[in-house]
Amino acid sequence: MLRLTAGRVAGLLSRRGVAAFSSSGVKMASHEHGGVTEQTDMSVPLYWDRLDTPLPDRPYKDTLSAADKSLKQKEKGPWNSLSKEEKLALYRIMFNETYAEMKKPTGEWKTVLGGIFFFIGFTGLVVLWQRYYVYPPHPHTLDDEWQAMQVKRMLDMRVNPVEGFSAKWDYEKGKWK
Amino acid sequence: MSLAKPAMRGLLAKRLRFHLPIAFGLSLVAAAAFKFAVTEPRKQAYADFYKHYDSTKEFNAMREAGVFESVRPTGK
Repeated sequence: MLRLTAGRVAGLLSRRGVAAFSSSGVKMASHEHGGVTEQTDMSVPLYWDRLDTPLPDRPYKDTLSAADKSLKQKEKGPWNSLSKEEKLALYRIMFNETYAEMKKPTGEWKTVLGGIFFFIGFTGLVVLWQRYYVYPPHPHTLDDEWQAMQVKRMLDMRVNPVEGFSAKWDYEKGKWK
Repeated sequence: MSLAKPAMRGLLAKRLRFHLPIAFGLSLVAAAAFKFAVTEPRKQAYADFYKHYDSTKEFNAMREAGVFESVRPTGK
């Protein structure tokens, strides 16, 4: 069975260009629900609105009304005789959306950015909870007293006396420079 | 309407002719900047430090502070 549910096709078309579906007779194994839903025949050429496929495998409208058919006949003659509306009608027979319509901005980025900020915020709450309920108490070596003793010992040892740590301490006056 | 034929060959060569001198120039500038902003001041700092450095005095100061294990501070 080579059929696809119409709902799935609509979803794919709205996402514009699922690369998996080439139109050269791809066979799709699909589950049938008692044969009630309408399904697309995947064994014939399909129409896609894709930015990188300017000429899809078949025209958009393949079942033409009588007016369309007569227009197609007129198209076989000189094109100067076609009015502007007729040319537009011919275009719309061949294609569903123009490039301008395909490239229309969707505003999806606002949703994406909003989602990103939301989840970063949520993560912030999780981290905050962690700080109060998960972390063990600080090691005693981070107390101010201990840090002061540490700094004094580093200065006594003359750590980096040329350009670094001890260079910034004034040993005569006992203060930072 | 006939357009001019686009360049088909020598595209990399053309790009290199333009970008290589710039790349060399910028690298030399970066090296010179590092030399004069970092290494020369550093050499000067070391020279100044050791010009009036009394190692014995420093040693005794460190000894009194009690950071050595081989010599205790005087008076112990």
